[in-house]
Amino acid sequence: MSNIINLSLSELVSNIRNKKISSNESTLAFVDRSKKSKHLNSYNEETFENALKKAKEFDSKPDFNKKLPGIPMAVKDLFCTKNVKTTASSKILSNFIPTYESTVTQNLWNEGAILLGKLNCDEFAMGSSNETSYFGNVISPIDKDLVPGGSSGGSASALAAKLTPATIGTDTGGSIRQPASFTGTVGLKPTYGSCSRYGIVAFASSLDQAGPMTRNVQDAALLLEVMSSFDSKDSTSVDFKRPLYLKDLSKDIKGKKIGIPKEYRVDGMSQEIEKLWEDGKKYLKDCGAEIIDVSLPHTKFALPTYYIVAPAEASSNLARYDGVKYGFRTEGDNLIDMYEKTRSAGFGEEVKRRIMIGTYVLSSGYYDAYYLKAQKVRRLIKNDFDNVFKKVDAILTPSTPSSAFKVGDKSNDPVSMYLNDIFTVPVNLAGLPGISIPAGLDKKGYPLGLQIIGKSFDEQNILNIAYSMEDKINFKFNLKEWWMND
Amino acid sequence: MSIDLKTVKHISKLSRISLDEEKAKKLETDLNSIFKWIEQLNELKTENVEPLSSIAETKLRLRKDEIKSKNIREEILKNSPEENKDFFVVPKVVE
Repeated sequence: MSNIINLSLSELVSNIRNKKISSNESTLAFVDRSKKSKHLNSYNEETFENALKKAKEFDSKPDFNKKLPGIPMAVKDLFCTKNVKTTASSKILSNFIPTYESTVTQNLWNEGAILLGKLNCDEFAMGSSNETSYFGNVISPIDKDLVPGGSSGGSASALAAKLTPATIGTDTGGSIRQPASFTGTVGLKPTYGSCSRYGIVAFASSLDQAGPMTRNVQDAALLLEVMSSFDSKDSTSVDFKRPLYLKDLSKDIKGKKIGIPKEYRVDGMSQEIEKLWEDGKKYLKDCGAEIIDVSLPHTKFALPTYYIVAPAEASSNLARYDGVKYGFRTEGDNLIDMYEKTRSAGFGEEVKRRIMIGTYVLSSGYYDAYYLKAQKVRRLIKNDFDNVFKKVDAILTPSTPSSAFKVGDKSNDPVSMYLNDIFTVPVNLAGLPGISIPAGLDKKGYPLGLQIIGKSFDEQNILNIAYSMEDKINFKFNLKEWWMND
Repeated sequence: MSIDLKTVKHISKLSRISLDEEKAKKLETDLNSIFKWIEQLNELKTENVEPLSSIAETKLRLRKDEIKSKNIREEILKNSPEENKDFFVVPKVVE
């Protein structure tokens, strides 16, 4: 059945439940297409044989009560998967085979999903274009030589190219929402504490969250419902009653108050983005929502704050890669020499740069000037959101300041690369949920996204708003299969 | 506040990442441009602001101190770079 790959996750689930398609047929369809899509370099590790075996097992004893019955799915290579290589796209973990499973992926398998493979990403999720991976750049199916965004670039590329019906990513400063925006897909970063961080290769622990990346809003609701759970193995996991996001999905947003933050109208913002945002406001009004101008005065300080906080946490998290207990090792003259050579050869340039930034801001004499300062500004940024959410139910912004760029365009200028995350980073600093939905095309024909930011644990509300807007936007992208080989 | 080559080498020591001269110079340039951009935080007065270290500001949960994983020595050692059934192996530390 050639149209299997065109089905959304929800459609695939209902077709499998109605026995119109078997898990084997659907797995075969995605395996087949993935094999013909090597040019995109979206996979780090393929587990196709095992997936087909599991699909047959499912078909011989199907359980249609599962939320993801026999659904094949590739996941970001940042989630530890038992007995399947997990590398975080780093040389230092290039031979690492976990003996345990991350909670989020375990939740997927518990609901019947089947692992298709591990998807490429920026090294340790540090990057906005998937150009920092040890396993090479990922290419977007949108156009030749175009980056898919990052860090969940392999996930976005595989999803947009229809190599997987849905996928999961992680988002520390925009790593789900920015690539979703670049590839015309839906990406949701849940509230900090919603999805367990257990078994996810850590980058910046106070910011990291896993979330769904899907073809539409309904699929995001379904996948979030499966992913989110309270987990005693993550000390910051929050124990709250999780809604049934899919069941409660509704297009009734009449009377909802939506804030438009004036500080997101940044200098040099293109007219296309400006228009996209205006259209978004119009769609919301058409749905009966009320538009309210709001102010988040510390917005411009979010990125510099992030580039102190995230590297500081990363330098501490990545101290564990020392060539002793696991991973890659370079021999040295003595223990210290071995550490230094291992880390120098095992980490890529961007990761080393961030470890150095983090070490510097935490070092004696600089801690107060940088790290403590950043923590204080982080408070001001969170207070901004708290104040605005007294007046509105959600906030609408563009997802990114531009559409996707070409490979190599920004890789030599770290600051210009960092500016990509200008609209997504504040959300992580404040721990809030945010969703990016495809909202239009720029004049080059590349997708652009709009972001809806919600109150803590108010995912249902932003899903509902996104669901209503999706209908009005009616986003279409004509995917040309230029990358496929037979 | 600019970062000189000596400071870059000091940070590299603290980070346990060896650097050759060329990489150190490249990092000096990169770090200076990044920190110049970060300096804009100094526009803000923050004397009376409480630092925010995590969004999960609630008290960490307590749990019973009990053993949940048993006999996993093999699993723990499975990924060690130098193979050995009983220990992690490192270069000689004591003469």
